[in-house]
Amino acid sequence: MLQIALWKRLLIILVCLSGLAFSMPNLFYDRVERHNDAMALIERGEDTPELRSERGLWPDWLPSALVNLGLDLRGGAHLLAEVQVADVYAGRIDGLWPEVRDRLRGERAIVGNIRRMPSDDAAVLRVAVSEPDGLQHALETVREIARPVQTLTGVGAQDLEVRLDGEEIIVSLSEAERLATDERTMRQSLEIIRRRVDEAGTREPTIQRQGADRILIQVPGVGSAQELKDLIGTTARLTFHPVVDVTSDGSTVPGPREVIYPSIDEPDRFYILEQTPVVTGEQLVDAQPDFDQNNRPAVSFRFNPAGGRAFGLYTAENIGNPFAIVLDGQVISAPVIQSHISGGSGIITGRFSVEETTQLAVLLRSGALPAEMVFLEERTIGPELGQDSIDAGRVAAVVAMVAVLGFMMLSYGFFGLIANIALLLNIAMIFALLSLIGATLTLPGIAGIVLTIGMAVDANVLVFERIREELRTARGPARAIELGYEKALSAILDANITTFITAAILFALGSGPVRGFAVTLGLGIITSVFTALFVTRLMLVFWFERRRPKTFAI
Amino acid sequence: MRLVGWKLKLVPQDTAIDFLGYWKGSFGFSMVLMVASVVAFLTMGLNFGIDFRGGTSIRTEATQPVDVGAYRGALAELELGDVAISEVFDPTFGPEQNVAMVRIQAQEGEESVTPVVLNQVEQALRAMDPTLRFTSVESVGPKVSGELIRSAIIAVVSALAAVLFYIWLRFEWQFALGAVAALVHDVVLTIGLFSVLQIRFDLAIIAAILTIVGYSLNDTVVVFDRMRENLIKYKKRALIEVMNLSLNETLSRTVMTSVTTLLALISLFVLGGDVIRGFVFAMIWGVIVGTWSSVFVAAVVVKRLGVKRDWSKGDSDKGGTQFSTAP
Repeated sequence: MLQIALWKRLLIILVCLSGLAFSMPNLFYDRVERHNDAMALIERGEDTPELRSERGLWPDWLPSALVNLGLDLRGGAHLLAEVQVADVYAGRIDGLWPEVRDRLRGERAIVGNIRRMPSDDAAVLRVAVSEPDGLQHALETVREIARPVQTLTGVGAQDLEVRLDGEEIIVSLSEAERLATDERTMRQSLEIIRRRVDEAGTREPTIQRQGADRILIQVPGVGSAQELKDLIGTTARLTFHPVVDVTSDGSTVPGPREVIYPSIDEPDRFYILEQTPVVTGEQLVDAQPDFDQNNRPAVSFRFNPAGGRAFGLYTAENIGNPFAIVLDGQVISAPVIQSHISGGSGIITGRFSVEETTQLAVLLRSGALPAEMVFLEERTIGPELGQDSIDAGRVAAVVAMVAVLGFMMLSYGFFGLIANIALLLNIAMIFALLSLIGATLTLPGIAGIVLTIGMAVDANVLVFERIREELRTARGPARAIELGYEKALSAILDANITTFITAAILFALGSGPVRGFAVTLGLGIITSVFTALFVTRLMLVFWFERRRPKTFAI
Repeated sequence: MRLVGWKLKLVPQDTAIDFLGYWKGSFGFSMVLMVASVVAFLTMGLNFGIDFRGGTSIRTEATQPVDVGAYRGALAELELGDVAISEVFDPTFGPEQNVAMVRIQAQEGEESVTPVVLNQVEQALRAMDPTLRFTSVESVGPKVSGELIRSAIIAVVSALAAVLFYIWLRFEWQFALGAVAALVHDVVLTIGLFSVLQIRFDLAIIAAILTIVGYSLNDTVVVFDRMRENLIKYKKRALIEVMNLSLNETLSRTVMTSVTTLLALISLFVLGGDVIRGFVFAMIWGVIVGTWSSVFVAAVVVKRLGVKRDWSKGDSDKGGTQFSTAP
């Protein structure tokens, strides 16, 4: 006969009630969100009457987890950046030259004169010696510079690869060292991007590493991807160089160990500078937006002790000479040194707006990116469009619900009503699960829910149709209901498992919106099987126990 | 459709439709459609969105009516190559809401998105109509779009393979082949329709195709389940009779589920906004072809391949295990 153990009944009811409880906050999305924001701030130690009243919008003891809205619903910016990890190799190799030179100078008696040869590949150092007989010895000497690398696989891997190419010694980074460098570059880049985005104070940014050299950045609420790119795409490498000359001809070829950089705000002004900077932004400890004595926006900064000392020494020796402040290969300004600047602090002036100084200060504080970034994908969705999509999705979902509920009532009468209650519980449970696991709801995700509304009744339909058939072979109504569930079981499970397999594959291989769809579809399958197999059955059992009908019709 | 008592019945209680009797006609019809789809795909091609082709797509919103010619004129001097401009209509738009989509091809020799071009485009459009707002701007570099195509194909193929395996495990191999034939049919017809109508084909459509695969499978499995049951029950009857009987017995459920799903999808199609209209359209089409293919492709393939009729106990090692139905 129809029987369900008491503990099973209680468990089913409990699951349904928690589904309702945990989905409820989403009905009051705005209030709960403000409450949650206030809670987060209060926990961080801020406590104002406003925050307390915001917190009071939703009782603390009620569930307050919400469904995250995806960028396509909330609006915001999405960027996929590729870090040019190979950029770092050139810098490393360039930095090796003094050490190579000094080592070989010590062996001058054998190797003769040393020259650095031009190289097409910046990540390769080419060195020539004047004594051909000393070439082998020079090679051995340079090899001594190499140090062992810590890797997971390799024992005895060296960081440098030194070999002969004709008459020249070639130094490059070994494969193991490249991998280690890439890893370091990625970690630094991630950290710096995170710091910059956090400083800008946007809520719930997603910053994730993807694959070997990519970073995915999603920031809700940002007006345009450009804004975000300005913030994270700028390398922000600040250097101070002695000025050699100023010219209006951009094609001037600078002398050895010199560079030519354009001015940031004057189109026909180019500076020839010494290549080696006096101090760099790495030695900054602080940067703040400020105003100069003429009340124009500027950025004030402070060096660490080493930087402060180098800066102080240089300014003391070069009073009356100009020096250039260079940001990412452009000269911001080239003031003349008026006096010895001790104390390690200074101010950068230029034609800035207040916003620009604020942003520059943020960039300088968070540090320079180790390598340049190239953007492979960018998407900006305006908040209005997101709101339109939510509104449209909501209306569509309600209409779909009413249509399906009405159709079920017309087709199955009382049994349709039971299926409808199950359907409503089903949707509550989807939202409860989405909120609890912190999943993100996207526009295709809403489509997934609407599709679930349509398909969720399928399991019930299977059961009802089966009960209808079993009633005809009539061994009493209770037996018919029981057989209906039994015989429909394998069809329900097979059908839903196969659909679930496709949802799982979508989730594993898809990205962004597709994933959001897979999540709601997968959860919808789980909850609809649960409601069809347990919830409607329990409701039927309750009804049957009260009425004890001799016959009934579906 | 008739009303029985106060209940709506789309399918009469006892039907005896000879679904498989005319299989040559119906299967042939499906084959013709598949060939037509392949021809359409090869000759017209899919209208790939920027996800798969790279490039930039900008959605603009203006208070004035959209003049496609003026948009084109504003962008002509930038020499961006292939620029497509289309006006978007939607019943949910207000009178002050005039939406257009501007699509620009990926620029030559660029691996990534080009911010300079983007700025130029926005400025040029603003110069033409200062009230213009850019409600969404999406750019995909050629490098990523290539990868997206690859992963989409992998997703569809591995979904088909996983399903083939599962059905083979749960039924007989003839059923697995039948189900996959139906799925391939659905996917090919969907791609064909998108080629013919030149609807934008992007990542979301891949999700829709996989859902179609899921839905169609759902349908096919329910029919197969009944066949499995009836083949055991009526060992002496001809295969075609048993299959027809199974199709008739599940017909009511097939129609009910298709109708509820279509009700939900149609309301989403009409009211859900233009952003997901293509996606929903693919799904509506999928429900229709998926229901058709369960009967006229999957079942026909099983019939042609023939099934081992002895499902008696003792050779459960040959597949066809059922979930236990405890007495």
